[in-house]
Amino acid sequence: MSHTASEETDPPSQGPLPVGVVKEVGAAALALARTARELYSLFVRTLYYTFRGKREPGAVTTYMYEIGNRSLFFLTVVMGFIGMIMAYQGGAQTKRVLPDLSLLGANFLELLVRDLAASIGALMLATRVGAGIAAEIGSMVVTEQVDALRMCAADPVDYLIKPRFIASIVMTTALGIWSAAVAYLTGMATALVWFDVSPRTFSNLALVDSVDLGTGLAKCIAYGAAIPIVSGHAGLSTFGGSEGVGTATTRAVVNSSLAVIILNLLISAASFLLFG
Amino acid sequence: MSRARPHRAPPARIRSPEAIAHAIERALVSIGEVVGGMGLLGSRILSRVAKLNLDGEELRRNLYRMCFQSMPIVIVTALFTGAIMVVQAAPLVNRLGAHGLLGWAAGFGTLREIAPLLTALMINGRVGANNTAELGTMVVTEQVDALRILAIDPISFLVAPRFVAITVTLIVSTIFADVLALLGASVMGYGLLGVSPTTFYNGLTSGLLGINDVTSGVLKSVLFGVLIGLSSCQFGLGASDGAPGVGRAVNATVVASAAGVFVIDYLVSFTL
Repeated sequence: MSHTASEETDPPSQGPLPVGVVKEVGAAALALARTARELYSLFVRTLYYTFRGKREPGAVTTYMYEIGNRSLFFLTVVMGFIGMIMAYQGGAQTKRVLPDLSLLGANFLELLVRDLAASIGALMLATRVGAGIAAEIGSMVVTEQVDALRMCAADPVDYLIKPRFIASIVMTTALGIWSAAVAYLTGMATALVWFDVSPRTFSNLALVDSVDLGTGLAKCIAYGAAIPIVSGHAGLSTFGGSEGVGTATTRAVVNSSLAVIILNLLISAASFLLFG
Repeated sequence: MSRARPHRAPPARIRSPEAIAHAIERALVSIGEVVGGMGLLGSRILSRVAKLNLDGEELRRNLYRMCFQSMPIVIVTALFTGAIMVVQAAPLVNRLGAHGLLGWAAGFGTLREIAPLLTALMINGRVGANNTAELGTMVVTEQVDALRILAIDPISFLVAPRFVAITVTLIVSTIFADVLALLGASVMGYGLLGVSPTTFYNGLTSGLLGINDVTSGVLKSVLFGVLIGLSSCQFGLGASDGAPGVGRAVNATVVASAAGVFVIDYLVSFTL
């Protein structure tokens, strides 16, 4: 029987090792540079159309529903568990060093606002939304609907990527805030049950300043912009029928998750270096 | 021209209590179906694995494809997450002036939570989704039925090797990620906070962290591997209705595994 996805499944033939390794590294570096350039160009075109493109009534709202509302349940479950895990682990570890848990809530909230809510939420969205976008656009590519769009003088970037881009930025920000709220509430419950920290002590806003808030919101916007661009790129570069759609979906999930992690490091480091 | 939009937003309407109750009931039943199906599939796979009745060639091929070819992603993710851990701990460390504790703070979070969790999420996106797509395509093109006709057991030929390969992949990748994340953390600690790698490793090994932290993370990765393996095979084998059905199965497995990973993480964190 034939195996699907037969490319890249077989171990490479045994050639003279050094040449093979150099060749592979070089090919990987070239592919990376090419992808980066394509992503940059896609991003610039999307931004252009965001301000200059044709407006299609209802498109952004549809995708906002698709990206935001339909992810709400999934994200609530995940962030609820994350809040419980982090509060528990934080409390258990702090007890090893300090006997005093009164700042647990303040530190937890700071970490949540600055990083965890946006980043974990965006990783989940990258999984769900990225896979959805790549599958939709990819299946349009292999059924030649995207070519038909070009024939109608409609740029697929304007027609397909732009509404998802706008919707994703808005909804990722909204869901980031929601994630923080959910994780904070479950964390508060955990602290009360396991460590006897009263909700009044736990709700301590002392450590959250405008820098934390700004970093968190900047992350939400950056992730919201990155996910549709990266997975839209994966979708538009689909080839090879329905198997190709599967590959594109996988690549979209992996690449948008990587994009979230890399952006997280860049923004966190920049905010730390700029504002301490 | 019609646009391919599988999930168009339904018109806004106010739903009656009965309709909501029905929706909740349907959701619960479908969750029960998925979990039950995974349990059944798991017991079948276990019976094959216990009798060592699985295809060696297929296992080797899947190990190469899932484990070896995921390494670049695991390496990049781990290096970056280690660095992020340090950046997040940096304000706290500066505030307390406790540079010696940086190794402990980063090491604890990495070993117990972040390395297993992020590795599982990345492997879920790359390997789990791919596995579902592959099995799903085989099901909808009736290749699995063809196997049955040839009196080849699809579980021991297709499913059990993939399940074992995914579990092994998760364990190996998590151990890799542990080491690399700590490496990334020590480099970032030196670059950002001026904490020398020696101080970092002293903080790591000064007795606040034990082998328990490592084994807890690795145990999690075993359970994540079992979950991702089971759910991706289950959703792949349950695919129907041609290529769009395979796409839906891929989406469902990625989401279900990601949610399941967090639930398992929670259960393990609280019992250990």
